[in-house]
Amino acid sequence: MKLVKFTKKGIYCIPGKFYLDPWLPVDYAIISHGHADHARNGMTYYLCQTDSKAILKHRLGTDIRVESLNYNEPKMVNGVQVSFHPAGHVIGSAQIRLEYKGFVVVFTGDYKVKNDHLTIPFEPVKCHEFITESTFGLPIYNWLAEEQLRQQMHDWVFKNQSHNRTSVFLGYSLGKAQRIMKLMEGVDKMYVHSAIHNLNAAIESSGIALPQTELLTYDFKNDELQNKIVILPPGLLGSKLLKKIPNAATAICSGWMQIRGNRRWQAVDAGFAVSDHADWNGLLSAVKASEAEKVYVTHGSQATFSKYLNEIGIPSAEVKTEYGSEEDDKEVVTEKTAVS
Amino acid sequence: MKHFSELISAIEITNKTNSKIDALVDYMNVAPEKDKLWIITLFTGKRPSRPVKTALMRQWCLEITGYPEWLFLESYSSVGDLGETIALMLPDPTHKIEKTLSAWMEELVALRPQSDANKKAYVLNAWSGLEMQERLIFNKLIGGSFRIGVSKKTLVNALAKYSGIDANQLMHSIIGNWNINTISFDDLIKGEHINYDNSKPYPFCLAYALEKELPELGEPQDWQVEYKWDGIRGQIVKRNGEIFIWSRGEELVTSQFPELVSAMTTFKDDFVIDGEILALKDNAVLLFNDLQKRLNRKTISKKMLEEIPVGFYVYDILEWNGKDIRSKPMVYRRQILENLVTSDTLPHFIVISQVITFKNWHELDAIRNQAREFNSEGLMLKQKDSPYHTGRKKGDWWKWKVDPLTIDAVMIYAQKGSGRRSSKYTDYTFAVKKDEGLVTVAKAYSGLTDVEITEISRFVNKNAIEKFGPVRTVKPELVFEIAFEGIAFSNRHKSGVALRFPRILRWRRDKTVADIDTIEQVKLLITNPT
Repeated sequence: MKLVKFTKKGIYCIPGKFYLDPWLPVDYAIISHGHADHARNGMTYYLCQTDSKAILKHRLGTDIRVESLNYNEPKMVNGVQVSFHPAGHVIGSAQIRLEYKGFVVVFTGDYKVKNDHLTIPFEPVKCHEFITESTFGLPIYNWLAEEQLRQQMHDWVFKNQSHNRTSVFLGYSLGKAQRIMKLMEGVDKMYVHSAIHNLNAAIESSGIALPQTELLTYDFKNDELQNKIVILPPGLLGSKLLKKIPNAATAICSGWMQIRGNRRWQAVDAGFAVSDHADWNGLLSAVKASEAEKVYVTHGSQATFSKYLNEIGIPSAEVKTEYGSEEDDKEVVTEKTAVS
Repeated sequence: MKHFSELISAIEITNKTNSKIDALVDYMNVAPEKDKLWIITLFTGKRPSRPVKTALMRQWCLEITGYPEWLFLESYSSVGDLGETIALMLPDPTHKIEKTLSAWMEELVALRPQSDANKKAYVLNAWSGLEMQERLIFNKLIGGSFRIGVSKKTLVNALAKYSGIDANQLMHSIIGNWNINTISFDDLIKGEHINYDNSKPYPFCLAYALEKELPELGEPQDWQVEYKWDGIRGQIVKRNGEIFIWSRGEELVTSQFPELVSAMTTFKDDFVIDGEILALKDNAVLLFNDLQKRLNRKTISKKMLEEIPVGFYVYDILEWNGKDIRSKPMVYRRQILENLVTSDTLPHFIVISQVITFKNWHELDAIRNQAREFNSEGLMLKQKDSPYHTGRKKGDWWKWKVDPLTIDAVMIYAQKGSGRRSSKYTDYTFAVKKDEGLVTVAKAYSGLTDVEITEISRFVNKNAIEKFGPVRTVKPELVFEIAFEGIAFSNRHKSGVALRFPRILRWRRDKTVADIDTIEQVKLLITNPT
């Protein structure tokens, strides 16, 4: 049965007449999560998970027409039963399950299988066809256990403090920033950039509790930040704001930091492989748990991962999409927006 | 190995030399004696021979993980480093091993003559007892470079900071002959061993590229000007009847140049002289391309000796009959050198570097531009009262190369770099027009900014034809100006030409593939076919 097809505008559900995370304007868009390469402007109507609603409004405009569902709450759209299931990627992220005449397709959006104690953990969903991301679809990407990662990051902050340095983490406003906040909770006072602060406010408006942070204003006093923790969006690497922070030690938080070459490419003091995507074993376990007859592999290492799945006996094909194969979508936070 | 692992982490992340030095000093403050000796060994290229072949390590990794080889290679081309790829792919450790650096190194040395089965048992036990970062270091200890940007000079500066001993002396001490089993760290850095060492070279005096206008150098008569040659910079040490040839990489290359060794025996004095090893035929200097054919061979055949004879152009004298004269002025050293190298009994291929006579700075520019005609790279300008400095020092010696040759070429292949560059496509192959198609003329790795490399990597990702393997064929669209020092006909290259030191001069965003050079135009640049 052909329930979905891959089109120029995005993943299209044929009987349901709607799109999943489309990249061109369509009438009806079902959105997996709030990152800019998945939730784009210009759709007439949006459907998303409850915790994503405020994020979508914050990013796409309060005037968008958007409806939301809780996890596991089904809705019929043109005879297709649609439901959202936890993807563990960022707050409000969901796998989208479609069922039509007993045939089930699951589109993962982005996901991670490890519990970060912040987002609702990933739940495997059985299906006939599984459409999975593959951002880190190489066996060199296997994340440290959350406890070990936390320890490494704490040790780094303590070492910085012993040299009277301020620890600056760079991480994307939606997802990574909250993740860093959670990992750093209780270590010391945290300051966040306004882009992160505003997103935090949107998330909290859905009734989700986040670790306590302060808004980093441009007129901070020099000794105010010493030995503290600052979280900035990655676009501010090399910015005036970052240079203004005295004695800053800077760390990039991204799954790509798993590789030495990547850590050393940027002139920073540390790189931590903190990722909101599934690692290699995570991807494999999700694919296996889906028990799908056919696996479509999208953004990332689609050629490699799908070739490997075929070799281990799971029929698979790669699909070209317009989702970012970077760990995080392109977020434009410049000096200008930094002041606002 | 915890301290060593922390040292590597601290060094690899920073690109500031001072931070690297601080990390090394921190390490030396806590490391056991023997580990410090090993650090010097590892960072000066004196490491023991590889005890385990990489092919075996790769095979064992595949056996453990059960992954197909193509997946391993795909991962390898993303990481750019074999030891790291293996370290990343292996499963989590099952137990914990803690040993000092020297314990690991001694075990690895002892492992070398053993059977493959013993090697396998040893390596697999280590792999399952180490965390990722330590596992990576273990693989690096077996073989391969750390690629963390610690030069001998950085190490020496760290040792100097740690011990308070003069950096020049330290350089001298660590590059000489010493044995890790018979020397203590203290004796090594104090240089207890080097007095007995007939082989010791001096650190080379290096020049910066000329960065000012000639008149700013002052009076022409205060400068000694010589031709700059493109061979192998070398130091010939003759002490107590023994002869050693060192290359600038502080490598002993004596056995590669038997004719130079026998020529040196005709001298009765002892000395250390600095000069250039060049391929010489009929008193003319051949291109580096020719000299290269003789390098790094286990044995030099008679045929090779006849086809590509080498000679030595002598630049300077550093030690004379046991006396270090590096601090004496250039003119003084030159006088000694002239007395030494003008003897009639010398073979014709030991040549004193010619001093160029010129009246004014203006004249010198014309002389420089003719240099390529006889395969010289340009000029060297040396202050007449300058000492022979240790390393690179600004002001007394300048190199002034002929302007490079350039062509416009289009990028056709891209490959990921290694080490720091493994995340981006940094190594490119360029082509020029030939008939209706294109032909490869050069590979180049340097000359672009990080921002440009990032942009090009994005282009490669979007436009690549292959999905697998390390090399990506890209649409011939991006045009670059390629600079190089020399060009020669070559049978080994499909284009029929070989370029010397090609590098990217600039990205020509204003040009399209229609504007690039043809192979015929490129061949016209060859003025001196050999």
